[in-house]
Amino acid sequence: MDRHPGKSDLATSVAAIVADLKHLEGPLLPILHAVQEVFGYVPEEAVPIIAADLNLSRAEVHGVVTFYHDYRHQPAGRHVLKLCRAEACQAMGADRLAEQVKIHLGIDFHETSADGAVTLEPVFCLGLCSTAPAAMLDGGVHGRLDASALDSLLAEVVA
Amino acid sequence: MLLVPETDFGTPASRAKTQVTLTIDGREITVPEGTSIMRASMEAGIQVPKLCATDMVDAFGSCRLCLIEIEGRNGTPASCTTPVAPGLVVHTQTARLKDIRKGVMELYISDHPLDCLTCAANGDCELQDMAGAVGLRDVRYGYDGDNHVKTRAGEGLNARWMPKDESNPYFTYDPSKCIVCSRCVRACEEVQGTFALTIEGRGFDSRVSPGQHEDFLSSECVSCGACVQACPTATLTEKSVIAIGQPEHSVVTTCAYCGVGCSFKAEMRGEELVRMVPWKDGQANRGHSCVKGRFAYGYSTHKERILNPMIREKVTDPWREVSWEEALAHTAAEFRRIQYQYGRESIGGITSSRCTNEETYLVQKLIRAGFGNNNVDTCARVCHSPTGYGLGQAFGTSAGTQNFDSVEETDVVIIIGANPTDGHPVFGSRLKKRLRQGARLIVIDPRRIDLVRSPHIEAAYHLPLRPGTNVAVATALAHVIVTEGLCDEEFIRTRCDWSEFEDWAGFVAEERHSPEATEALTGVPADDLRGAARLFATGGNGSIYYGLGVTEHSQGSTTVMAIANLAMATGNIGRPGVGVNPLRGQNNVQGSCDMGSFPHELPGYRHVSDDATRDIFEKLWGVTLSDEPGLRIPNMLDAAVDGSFKGLYIQGEDILQSDPDTKHVAAGLAAMECVVVQDLFLNETANYAHVFLPGSTFLEKDGTFTNAERRINRVRRVMTPRNGYADWEVTQNLARAMGLAWSYTHPSEIMDEIAATTPSFAKVSYAYLEEKGSVQWPCNEKAPEGSPIMHVDGFVRGKGKFIRTEYVATDEKTGPRFPLLLTTGRILSQYNVGAQTRRTENVVWHEEDRLEIHPHDAELRGIRDGDWVRLASRSGDTTLRALITDRVATGVVYTTFHHPTTQANVITTDFSDWATNCPEYKVTAVQISPSNGPSEWQTEYEDQARQSRRIIGKLEAAE
Repeated sequence: MDRHPGKSDLATSVAAIVADLKHLEGPLLPILHAVQEVFGYVPEEAVPIIAADLNLSRAEVHGVVTFYHDYRHQPAGRHVLKLCRAEACQAMGADRLAEQVKIHLGIDFHETSADGAVTLEPVFCLGLCSTAPAAMLDGGVHGRLDASALDSLLAEVVA
Repeated sequence: MLLVPETDFGTPASRAKTQVTLTIDGREITVPEGTSIMRASMEAGIQVPKLCATDMVDAFGSCRLCLIEIEGRNGTPASCTTPVAPGLVVHTQTARLKDIRKGVMELYISDHPLDCLTCAANGDCELQDMAGAVGLRDVRYGYDGDNHVKTRAGEGLNARWMPKDESNPYFTYDPSKCIVCSRCVRACEEVQGTFALTIEGRGFDSRVSPGQHEDFLSSECVSCGACVQACPTATLTEKSVIAIGQPEHSVVTTCAYCGVGCSFKAEMRGEELVRMVPWKDGQANRGHSCVKGRFAYGYSTHKERILNPMIREKVTDPWREVSWEEALAHTAAEFRRIQYQYGRESIGGITSSRCTNEETYLVQKLIRAGFGNNNVDTCARVCHSPTGYGLGQAFGTSAGTQNFDSVEETDVVIIIGANPTDGHPVFGSRLKKRLRQGARLIVIDPRRIDLVRSPHIEAAYHLPLRPGTNVAVATALAHVIVTEGLCDEEFIRTRCDWSEFEDWAGFVAEERHSPEATEALTGVPADDLRGAARLFATGGNGSIYYGLGVTEHSQGSTTVMAIANLAMATGNIGRPGVGVNPLRGQNNVQGSCDMGSFPHELPGYRHVSDDATRDIFEKLWGVTLSDEPGLRIPNMLDAAVDGSFKGLYIQGEDILQSDPDTKHVAAGLAAMECVVVQDLFLNETANYAHVFLPGSTFLEKDGTFTNAERRINRVRRVMTPRNGYADWEVTQNLARAMGLAWSYTHPSEIMDEIAATTPSFAKVSYAYLEEKGSVQWPCNEKAPEGSPIMHVDGFVRGKGKFIRTEYVATDEKTGPRFPLLLTTGRILSQYNVGAQTRRTENVVWHEEDRLEIHPHDAELRGIRDGDWVRLASRSGDTTLRALITDRVATGVVYTTFHHPTTQANVITTDFSDWATNCPEYKVTAVQISPSNGPSEWQTEYEDQARQSRRIIGKLEAAE
C-alpha cells in the first residue's frame, strides 16, 4: 500500500490506513500504530477521520490516543531514548543516570533536543530487571548501564 | 413539602425471571438472577457505600468503595460488579472493609478541594455523603500534593490545573472537583447515546474531555444533561443551582414540549424553579430528558411574556392594557354582536395541543355549548390528522398501538418520515440503546438523518426516497412481502378480514408496484427496497415509528393506511416490540384530539351526528348541540376571506407562523372583526388580533397531558400564574362572560366530567392518577389498569382492515421554473415555531434557520456555504442562508421553521391531504438563487409586526 504522508493528503493517507486495517478485530490500536508509523505521531486531524470510519465518536478515539503514552501528539526527534524508571532500575541507580542524560542533552523527560536529534522518555519496566538499569534506544534494548555505557549510547545519537 | 424521594439502587434492575435468595448482613433477600449484590442490598434496605455506581448506567467497578466480603470466597469484591448467587452470605461492614474504604476515601479527598461550605453541591454531594459514611477523619497524604485543585503550585503555575468550562449555557464543568468516576461518560454513552465524552489521559492526568479536549459547547454534546444528573460531585452542575442554591421541595410534573411526555421533578425553592430533573419512575422517559425539557424553561419568566390582558379596535392600533373584566366583557360582547349580525356560524375557536386536556375540553365545550356551533379545530389538523383518520380506518382507533417501553423488545425498526434524535430526543435515545443491543434499523427519509449513521449505530437500509413518494415506497415494500410469500398468514386469517386481505394482496402484487417499476419514480434502488422488506418481514419483532414526514402530504392518510397494512401483513400488532407508532409532535396533541377538538367529533372520537353521544352532552350541558360538522381551520380562513366568518378564539396556537401559505392565513385573519389570541407572548398571529388574553405556562397550572403512547400524565402547578389565571380559568371566565353558568373550582372536576362522558376515559380521575402515576387510555371497566399495548386480542374495530393504497402523485410538481423539492423538519434545540425555545439560551445552538442544499445543486447556482439565498415557490419567496451538505440528495433542499423571520410557510402551498386537509408541508417545488438579503415580503412583514406589537405606555415590545 502506498503510504507517502504529507500534510495536504493526510486525510487520504489516514483513510487508506483505516481501509487497510478495518477488517481486524479491535482495529483501533493497529490503526493508530500504523498512523504513528507513517506520520511519526498521531495527528489530531487524524482522529475525526478514524472515528468516522469506525463509527466511533471523536471523544472515544481521543480517549484511547491519550491513554497510551506511546501514541505521540507531535513528532519525536530522530532518535528516541527511553530510560526505565521502574523499581528494579531505580534500585540500581536509574535516577542518577537520568540526571546525567538530562544534563548531557539539556532536556527533561518528554522533551526533544533543540536540534531534533533525540527525544527522552521515561518507561516503566522493559522487562530487563535482571540487567538493570536498562534503556531502550530506537527500539533496541540496552542493559547494565553505567555512566560510560550511557555516554557511548548518547554519542551515537547526537552524532 | 419535601423533595420527592428517589432511591438509587446503584445498578440497573435485572429482568431475569429466575429468583435467587441470599443473605446480606444477616437479612435474607430474594431478587432476580443477575441482580448485583449492591442492588440486592439496597432492596433489603442496606446501603453499601459507592461513588461510581448509579442505577441509570451499568456497573463499572472503578471507585473501590462498594467492596464487600462473601463467606467462602477470597478477597473483597466490588458489590456493583458481583452478581448474586443462591445461598451467598454477604457482609457489607467488617473491620477490613472499613479500613479499605477509609483508605480509598483518603486518596479521593487528598486531591479534592475542601470548599464544601461554598460549593454548589453542598447538600447534594455524594462524595461528602461517602466521606461521612466511611467515617473519614483525617487525610494522611495532606491536601495539596500532586493535585488539580489550585491554580498555583508553590512558586509557579500549576500545570495540572484546568479552568472551569462555562461554555454550555446551562451547566458548568469544573475539573478540579472531578473524581473521575466516569458516570458522566457512561451516561452520555449508555443513556443518551451520543458518546460526546471520554476520559482522556491516565493516572493523575485523567480528565473528562468533551470531544478532543474541547469545551462542551464546541463538542458533539447535545446538552441533554444526563451527565449533570449522573455527576456525584459539583464537577458538572446546573448554573441555576449555582445561582440559586439547593432546592427544598419538588413536585412531579410533565414536560410541555414534544409528544414523548417526559416526567420531571420540578425542584423548587419556594416559587422559584431551581432545576428540572427527569423522574426515574416516569414511564415514558425512564429518568432521561433532552435539552429542551431539562433546561429550556426560561421562557416562563422571559421579559417579553405578556402578563396583562389587552384590547384594540383595529389591528393597526397599538395595544391598550385593560383589566381581565374589561377584556372578557369586551370579547363576549364582540362575539355576541358578530353572531347577531352575521349568524351563529360566523365565529369559532382553535384549541391548543400545548394546553392540558382539561383546558382543551373547556374550549371545545365553550364553542359547542356557548357559540352553539361545531367550528372548533386544533393544530393536529396540520400534523397528525391523517394518523387519526388512517389508523381509525385500519384498526378502529386513532392512536399509536404501543407504549415507549415496547422499543426495548423490538428487533427491526422502520423509521419513516421522522427524525427522533432531533424531534423526539428521549425516544431517540431509547431507540439507539436498543439498536446498540443489536436491533436492526430501516430508515425511510429523503434526508440522511443522524440515525442513519452515528457512533455505534448504523441503519441496515436507508431508503432516500424523493419527497412525496411515500405511498409508492410503502406499497412496494408490501409488494415484496406479498410476492415473496413473507406474509404472516395465520395472523391475517385470525385477526383481519381475509377477503379484504386478498383484494389488497392482489392489488399490491401487481407488477406496477414492484420496486423495479417504482424505482424511477421514488429514487429508491430496487435492491435496497427488497432487502428492507425482507428484513422487516423476517427479522423478528417489527415495529414502525413515523412522524410528520408521513402525514404532511397530499396522500398522508394513504401512507398511514399503507403502514397499517405492512404491520398487519407481517403480524406485527398486539404484543410488545411491534406496532404502529406515530411520534406525536406536541406534548398534548394526542389529548387535544381525544378531547373533541375536531369539528366533526365530540370527545372520544364520536361523530357529532351520533344522536346517542350528543344526547350525553346535551343532558349534562343543558343545551342543544349542532349535529352538523363545523369548519376546519383552512375552511374558517376561506370563509373569513369570503366574508362569512368574523370571529376566532385561539388558545395557544400560532397559526400565522405554523400553518401553510402564510399570505392566505394573514388575509383570513385580517378579514375578521374579532380575533382573540390567548398565549404567553405576542406571537405572529397576535399581529392580527383584537384581544390578547395572557396565557399561563405548564408550571403554573394543574391538569393532564396525553402523550404519543396515550399516557395520561399529571401536570402539577408549582408556581402562581404570573398572568393571574391558569388557562382553564381564563376560558371559564370567558364562558361566564358569555352567560354560561360554569363553576369548576379545580381541573380535577373537569376530568371527572370527561370521565363521565367519554367511555375510553371512564376510570380516569386525579385520585386514580395519583395512585397509578399515569395510565394509558383506554382506561375503563374493561381495562382498569389502562392499555399499554392495544389490539392485543383483537382489533378495536373487530377485524383489521386492509385498504388499497393507490399512489397518486401530488399536484405540487417540479418543473423548469421550480426544479428542486423543499422539505421541512426540526432541530434538537428548538421547538416548533420557537416561541418558547427562542426565548431561552437554546439559541446558542441554532440562531437562525438554514437551507440545506447538496453541493452539486449549490455549485450549479454559484452558492457558497453561508450565502444568502432566495427560496421561491409558486406561493411566495423568502430568503435565508445556505448550508451546503450531502445529507440531502441532489434535487432536494431542506429547512427548519423555528424562526419567524424565515417565513418558511410563505413558501409552502395550500395543497393538503385528501382526507383530512392536513397541509402538504413536506413537499414544495422551489427554485434557489443567490440573494443579497431579506425579501420584500420579509421586510414588509417585519414592519407590520413591529407596528402591531406596540403597547400604549410601554416601549415597543422587542421580538
